[in-house]
Amino acid sequence: MASDGPTAGERFLRGLIPENPVYRQLLGMCPTLAVTGGMKTAMTMAGAVAFVLICANVLTSLIRNLLKPHLRILVFTLTIAAFVTIADRVLAYAMYDMSQELGPYIPLIIVNCVIICRCEVCASKQSVVVAASDAAGQSIGFAMALASIAAVREILGSGTFFGLRVMPEAWPNWGIMVMPPGAFLTLGLLLGLANWIGAVREKRSGAV
Amino acid sequence: MEHLSELILVAVGAAVINNFVLHYFVGICPFIGVSRRVDMAFGMGCAVTFVITIAALLSWVFTFYILRPGAPLAVMVLGAGADLSILSYIVYIFVIASSVQLVEMYVRKFFPPLYKSFGVFLPLITTNCAILFACLEIMKYVAVGKGAEPWGLDTSLVLAIFGGIGFTIAIVIMAGIREELDHCDVPKSLRGAGITLIVAGILSLAFMGFGGVDRSLKDILHPPAPVAAAVDDDNGEIPTTMPAASPDSKPADLTLNTDRRAAR
Repeated sequence: MASDGPTAGERFLRGLIPENPVYRQLLGMCPTLAVTGGMKTAMTMAGAVAFVLICANVLTSLIRNLLKPHLRILVFTLTIAAFVTIADRVLAYAMYDMSQELGPYIPLIIVNCVIICRCEVCASKQSVVVAASDAAGQSIGFAMALASIAAVREILGSGTFFGLRVMPEAWPNWGIMVMPPGAFLTLGLLLGLANWIGAVREKRSGAV
Repeated sequence: MEHLSELILVAVGAAVINNFVLHYFVGICPFIGVSRRVDMAFGMGCAVTFVITIAALLSWVFTFYILRPGAPLAVMVLGAGADLSILSYIVYIFVIASSVQLVEMYVRKFFPPLYKSFGVFLPLITTNCAILFACLEIMKYVAVGKGAEPWGLDTSLVLAIFGGIGFTIAIVIMAGIREELDHCDVPKSLRGAGITLIVAGILSLAFMGFGGVDRSLKDILHPPAPVAAAVDDDNGEIPTTMPAASPDSKPADLTLNTDRRAAR
């Protein structure tokens, strides 16, 4: 069963762009919008999601033969909840200010659709190596998506990048970009851009 | 009267000022996925409100009696100093998943027409962040440290119900706009989720207009703010993050939070 479908390496690469969780599959929108006010929060969030995604995928893959079909979603959710608790406690210990800033969005990783989707689609059917590389690809894709949104919002909204000043002092901070409406607008426009680039590429490859 | 005005402030805060969807970004997936037609959006909103209330009720009971530090049942079984709050996420998600299941069975058995109209949305709700978010908010105010009064069941339920109503308002407005959008010439690459998000951004901008409502409401409800009472309310935790006044109610706390973000 593990032999069918794409190999581990292909799955890893697929998660980056062709099946990017945010831009292509529209999954995990809540953290994408909520924590991208600055690069630091976005990258912490991406790290937490990567940890939970990889651990949950590996564990699900290990227990895949024991799963009962009608209970699988519950098992996935409880597995994820356990790993999120670990991530939450570690974060509160190591980076207290950051965990205060992220607030409820760390526990909300439990209901992040990316993770449940990967458990269901890949980890519950594939071997450990395939599941782990799939999770790694997806989490890097997720991190790239978060980084792209956060970069736009932080540079325009506060004139900084990772807290370092990049815009000239005279830059009038677009306060709206770091507030909720800015998140929606940025993601909407970037999504449009991603679709447009995809369409142009398709046309070009079709012409050749 | 004091308590009632707090309830009103919590309700207004949850429903419009800090709308779950447009301010906290929870429940975005159904907000984008199920907002194509007004009747479906309304069904989804009702289902969420229904489940959120039951989940809030159960999670308040669990938090108050078992999970918070020094909770009565935990102390009785495990001895003094028991703190089971590390289990809270697992318990909440279990409570949500099982209450969704129970609600689905109950509705299917006793209200078949209702089940037909919103039954399809029920399984989706398990992974709706809005429900878990409401549970976490309630936990924040119930599992407080020493010295602060934990929220009662009534306040928690008001937060949950009005949070659900806020979700319904947002998703119905969105569905109304999207029905009109069908007749518009939207650029091809923005069609679907792109334009929905941009419209949501504009809606969120509009909802920011409710920003000061809670403070004016507060002034109406307590006309002469006694200085001594304000000092009494300081419980040493919230004021550190807030520049000025009124640390006692949630809406004020959250609005000031917005102000702080704006200032940054």
